[in-house]
Amino acid sequence: MELGLKNMNNILELKDISISFEGEQILDKLNLYIRDREFVTFLGPSGCGKTTTLRIIAGFLKPDSGEVFFDNKNITNDPPHKRNVNTVFQRYALFPHLNVFENIAFGLKIKKMPKNEIKERVSRLLKVVNLEGFERRRPFQLSGGQQQRIAIARALVNRPKILLLDEPLCALDLKLRKQMQLELKEMQQSLDTAFIYVTHDQEEALTMSDTVVVMNEGEIQQIGTPEEIYNEPKNAFVADFIGQSNILNGVMLKDYRVYFAKKEFDCVDKGFKPRQPVDVVIRPEDLQIVPKDSNSAKFVGKIDSVVFKGVHYEMEVYAQNMYWLVQTTKHLKKGEEIGLNFSPDDIHIMSKLFDQMTNIMMATVIDEDTIKFLDVEFKRVFLNLEVGCQVKLTIPPESIHLVSSDFADIVLPLDSIIYKGAYNEMYFYYEDEEENDKYILVHSENEEEVGTELGLKFDFSQVEVEKFE
Amino acid sequence: MKNKCLFRICVTMVVIFLYLPIFVVIIFAFNKIKSRTLFTGFTLNWFIELFRDRVIISSLFNSFILATLASIIATVIGTLAALQIVKMKSKSQSVVMNLNYIPIVNSDVVMGISLMLLMIFILNVVGGSLGFLTVLIAHITICMPYVVLTVLPKIRQVDPNMLDAALDLGCTPSKAFIKIIFPQITSGIISALVMAFSISFDDFAVSYFTAGSSFQTLPVLIYSMARKRITPKINALFAILLVLILIMLIFMNVLDVRSKKLKNKK
Repeated sequence: MELGLKNMNNILELKDISISFEGEQILDKLNLYIRDREFVTFLGPSGCGKTTTLRIIAGFLKPDSGEVFFDNKNITNDPPHKRNVNTVFQRYALFPHLNVFENIAFGLKIKKMPKNEIKERVSRLLKVVNLEGFERRRPFQLSGGQQQRIAIARALVNRPKILLLDEPLCALDLKLRKQMQLELKEMQQSLDTAFIYVTHDQEEALTMSDTVVVMNEGEIQQIGTPEEIYNEPKNAFVADFIGQSNILNGVMLKDYRVYFAKKEFDCVDKGFKPRQPVDVVIRPEDLQIVPKDSNSAKFVGKIDSVVFKGVHYEMEVYAQNMYWLVQTTKHLKKGEEIGLNFSPDDIHIMSKLFDQMTNIMMATVIDEDTIKFLDVEFKRVFLNLEVGCQVKLTIPPESIHLVSSDFADIVLPLDSIIYKGAYNEMYFYYEDEEENDKYILVHSENEEEVGTELGLKFDFSQVEVEKFE
Repeated sequence: MKNKCLFRICVTMVVIFLYLPIFVVIIFAFNKIKSRTLFTGFTLNWFIELFRDRVIISSLFNSFILATLASIIATVIGTLAALQIVKMKSKSQSVVMNLNYIPIVNSDVVMGISLMLLMIFILNVVGGSLGFLTVLIAHITICMPYVVLTVLPKIRQVDPNMLDAALDLGCTPSKAFIKIIFPQITSGIISALVMAFSISFDDFAVSYFTAGSSFQTLPVLIYSMARKRITPKINALFAILLVLILIMLIFMNVLDVRSKKLKNKK
């Protein structure tokens, strides 16, 4: 009964969808449902699997496992032309040898609809997209924005239950994009169609959507309204991807009490374990500037840089040994000393993406003074351990340095990077002997791109060696 | 200044060397006597005689039928092959493209002899003798690589999303190809067809080895006539062919200019 109710206005459901290309897992057990007449945005960086998900819904790709339900019917094995969804492609994919009318009418002609009805529907759609009188033009005679509208009209004329849009505005300039965003939203509200919109632009997602699905590396990070996603990010990835943030390492002391930036604060979050490491997020617009000697100043710091951004100034403030991003309408000068204040409900607390504060690794003694882990060997004098015995290594994240791959002890792909006020917190991916996913945590000042292979050099004098019993 | 003068002389020489022989051939098609050195007066007799000569006309007809069939079949197979080649991974694609180049680079005589040996080998098994069918197969073989080379770039230009878009709008895969992909590569297919036709029509070496004695193409006939004596009838034939080729070239150029105009508008 409850299930029935829940499904009532779900138009589309994805169940345990997994797919991989050439050994690389693109989607991993993705579960999602989409309600009728909803504007849903898949948001994430490139390579996060958002376009793949869209292509699975359209039927261009078949998942390795999992099922797609449309109106509670399993359509996993249906080819694209049998699905009641239509797609607006990234580069429009208008048919160059057909004129605007023929392009829009294409789907209806295939369905053998009577001519006068085709004519009526096409002209109505041309009105919707504001391009009346363009019937005889060829696609190449139109501007990017006009081509985009024709692509939308061509899809909508078939009256799909769901319209899929694959980064449709990315080829347009900023001003036109803003205008099209509003038009798309209006169009969606006036039609009985659910829109699934794929983008990597967080602002676009927040502006248009009823629901935002934040994705990263083939997994859904968070589903929520734009407000929820912005105000209550579930983890540091979402916080970092949705707008600029100050993301810091902290420790939850007890309910409503958190420690970060070398101080204790009241907060509004609970339900964490005592002394649980957490990520703390404070949005730059939530940091208020107060006089440095004011009682309300939580921190005192020095302005390191000021940039004018139109509506506000954006500045970096150095306080408590880290940099804070602050947005304010006050004009202050570089070098000024100020106080920073924020209230308990400006502090957003999230469990960590990776439950790992340092690197603990198993290693083997392979010679009387040599230890081997991964493919790295290092010497340690006075080891006094038998050859072949297992040891536990603790490698502090500060002791690992990024170097060019020629000088590196090991080269690994960067999986995640988040700026933590004083350094970048990076996680490098590797597989252990049992093929479990493992990560090496590195603190570094370097700014690197996720997915690149980087060389790591260990400072072995800082590695703690302990006999493993 | 000197350089420019030299350059001009070079260009003129090239044009003269290219067109003087053709010019001479045409002039002597209208010569009153059989001489190839003296022009004594104007006549159209050779043209009339040409059309009376059954051997020449039938071999012209043979060549025409052969070239038409060979070019159509080669274009169909080559286009289908090119459509598959584009979908391949880049590594196997380059292997196939290199294999495709070899028959083009290879000399005609070698191609002709090897095709002949293959045909004889097969005919020994299945029975029959060299003739129309063997020369047709041989011509399809030599035309196909050119078709692939001509059509492939056109197919590459088609936005890969185009097929998805057609499927998305309700087409079955075959309908999507006919309605969307085919119209976009038609110009490539036409030029492949023309090229294949001219290769087949011109070919001497491959036809000579694979046609046997029962089926004579025009170039083979001319070759055998040249060993005895070429009559001005042949000049008349060349003149007619030249006019046909000119018409075809003009037609192709008009097509080309048109498609360029469309592109420039973009």
